[in-house]
Amino acid sequence: MSEQKELKRIEEEKARWEAEMLKPTLAQTPERAERFTTASMTPVECLYTPADLPEWDYTKELGFPGEYPYTRGVQPTMYRGKLWTMRMFAGYGSAAETNRRFKYLLEQGQMGLSTAFDLPTLMGYDSDHPSSAGEVGKCGVAIDSLADMEALFEGIPLGEVTTSMTISSPASVLWAMYIAVCEKQGVPYHEIGGTLQNDILKEYIAQKEYIYPIEPSVRLVTDTILFGAQHLPRWNTVSISGYHIREAGATALQELAFTLADGMVYVEESIKAGLEVDAFAPRLSFFFDCHNDLFEEVAKFRAARRLWARIMRERFGAKDPRSWLLRTHAQTAGCTLTAQQPRNNIVRVAIQALAAVLGGTQSLHTNAMDEALALPTEEAATIALRTQQIIAHESGVTNTVDPVAGSYYIETLTNQMEEGVWEYFRRIEDLGGMIRAIEKGFPQREIADAAYAYQQAIERGEKIIVGVNRFTADEEVSIPILTIDREAEERQIERVQALRRARDKDAVMRSLEALRQAAAGNDQWGKDLLMPRILDAVRAYATLGEIMDVFREAWGEYRESSTI
Amino acid sequence: MSEDRKIRVLIAKPGLDGHDRGAKVIARAFRDAGMEVIYTGLRQTPEMIVNAAIQEDVDAIGMSCLSGAHMYLFPRVMELLKERGVDDIVVFGGGTIPADDIPKLKAAGLTAIFTPGTTTIEAIECVKRSIRNRRLINE
Repeated sequence: MSEQKELKRIEEEKARWEAEMLKPTLAQTPERAERFTTASMTPVECLYTPADLPEWDYTKELGFPGEYPYTRGVQPTMYRGKLWTMRMFAGYGSAAETNRRFKYLLEQGQMGLSTAFDLPTLMGYDSDHPSSAGEVGKCGVAIDSLADMEALFEGIPLGEVTTSMTISSPASVLWAMYIAVCEKQGVPYHEIGGTLQNDILKEYIAQKEYIYPIEPSVRLVTDTILFGAQHLPRWNTVSISGYHIREAGATALQELAFTLADGMVYVEESIKAGLEVDAFAPRLSFFFDCHNDLFEEVAKFRAARRLWARIMRERFGAKDPRSWLLRTHAQTAGCTLTAQQPRNNIVRVAIQALAAVLGGTQSLHTNAMDEALALPTEEAATIALRTQQIIAHESGVTNTVDPVAGSYYIETLTNQMEEGVWEYFRRIEDLGGMIRAIEKGFPQREIADAAYAYQQAIERGEKIIVGVNRFTADEEVSIPILTIDREAEERQIERVQALRRARDKDAVMRSLEALRQAAAGNDQWGKDLLMPRILDAVRAYATLGEIMDVFREAWGEYRESSTI
Repeated sequence: MSEDRKIRVLIAKPGLDGHDRGAKVIARAFRDAGMEVIYTGLRQTPEMIVNAAIQEDVDAIGMSCLSGAHMYLFPRVMELLKERGVDDIVVFGGGTIPADDIPKLKAAGLTAIFTPGTTTIEAIECVKRSIRNRRLINE
């Protein structure tokens, strides 16, 4: 075949170049390091050529944008047709304060909302619970009941914006509150659009905001998938998240492998609960990190799409092309931001955001420069949004679809990423599947090992972090910092206690009792959904903590073994 | 207390924050530097941390908090140590902590605050030095 002849010729030429050009050059000027690696410590060669892609078949591996296997993107025209959604994650203090930040971001040209909740909310505690002390409104907005959710979206037409809610353990309750606000605004169910993070498996692996044991928690997730499939066709019920896995220290490959493995669990469980794969798979979406290593990240996004398309079509037999699509949100890597010389973070974020765009993301959050120190100030958040707008409108990278395709390096990285993921899948299957692997601490250990190896590489000077282990300065950090006023917690506590006094107590008790019975009835699983009962409780102004306590009583709490 | 007794450190995650990357990296690095490390795991109240520190007879407590609740949780641990009459434990902290909070935390009795970007070597040396000084004072 002529193609093979051509490859052979290139290999011969490469050997000649190595002997005649490379070797003498190296003898005279050695390279800067003995080995070069990506941010994930994967070795990188000096040069990539067609010889690195010997069996490569364009139509099989890449195809065309908007078509299987979607390596080149999920839409035929990508950003020529529509830019990604610029969706900045925001939330702090009270619902009223966050409502003001939301309105500000919308005025600045942001296209969708994304809500950060405080830790008591993420853990399903009311603000006046003893465990909430010191945490209320700190790393996100405090939501105790429907009354807070009403204040959060006051004056924002929920039929016109889409909202993402970054919460997992209590996701169904927060979703019910959002739906109840939509009901009050008169938005019909089929027009409600948005995304629920709702990815409980990554909580056990990385973010650690789990409450219940794994199996009932997965039941809550499938419950929302079923409810969404029946009633809210525009809602993304799960945002299968690699972000937190990566931030906990995973490599790019581990992030991708564990995230897709989690995704497969939700698909399997929803099929077990009686749904046809094509009835819910189009509403699954993803959320990836974008770290410093530009090409490795681009390859990760491209490999992710190709893998998910193959998994959904070949493993699960999905027939609807929308089920094969991996649509994703991306966020720049918080763990790369430094407290030293914080303005340098603006540049890091720009490179990471570029990676996500070259990787073909559907929506993007860019971190603010001050996030290694505190929640972002309005100015810092605005610069982060402007960074996206500059990439979109000035850099030119949006003018053509998947502009990096065909780069020998990018395609090699994309292939390596895919092969590495299949290998991880085999190891996970050997452990009895992803849930068993998590119970055995397998992904957790892999991540902790990678985090430690990376930290050591920094300390040995193999990895250079500007301003940290090179190019340091003895300057004092002097950028403005957002502070949450100390009275916010007291005000929120008074607010939830006043609500408990004012509401119809009998209605609350009745709704919680109905929920208790549904939570206990495992046999009814798949027929008797929890979501309608949660909605009733929320409408009666039962608090988040009260609803979550019903499940705590029914299912108990999860404890992880605290190994290092 | 002799100079060469192996250093015992309690690494703790106070509050609801689940970000344990920093705590685990620090715990491993301290262990690799020859210290005995006890890791509490997640979601410890200040009371639980102080109890564990006394029970395990540690030389130092290291707390990691990335949720912004450090101004409540860290000083609360110091208060409880004082209430229990403990003054020979070195306490340090780490996490997303604004520069303005650091002098306040030191005033509350913490020896050092390590922000993102600190190397484990710096943290190890700082803690070892503080423990050595503390032992000299208490001898």
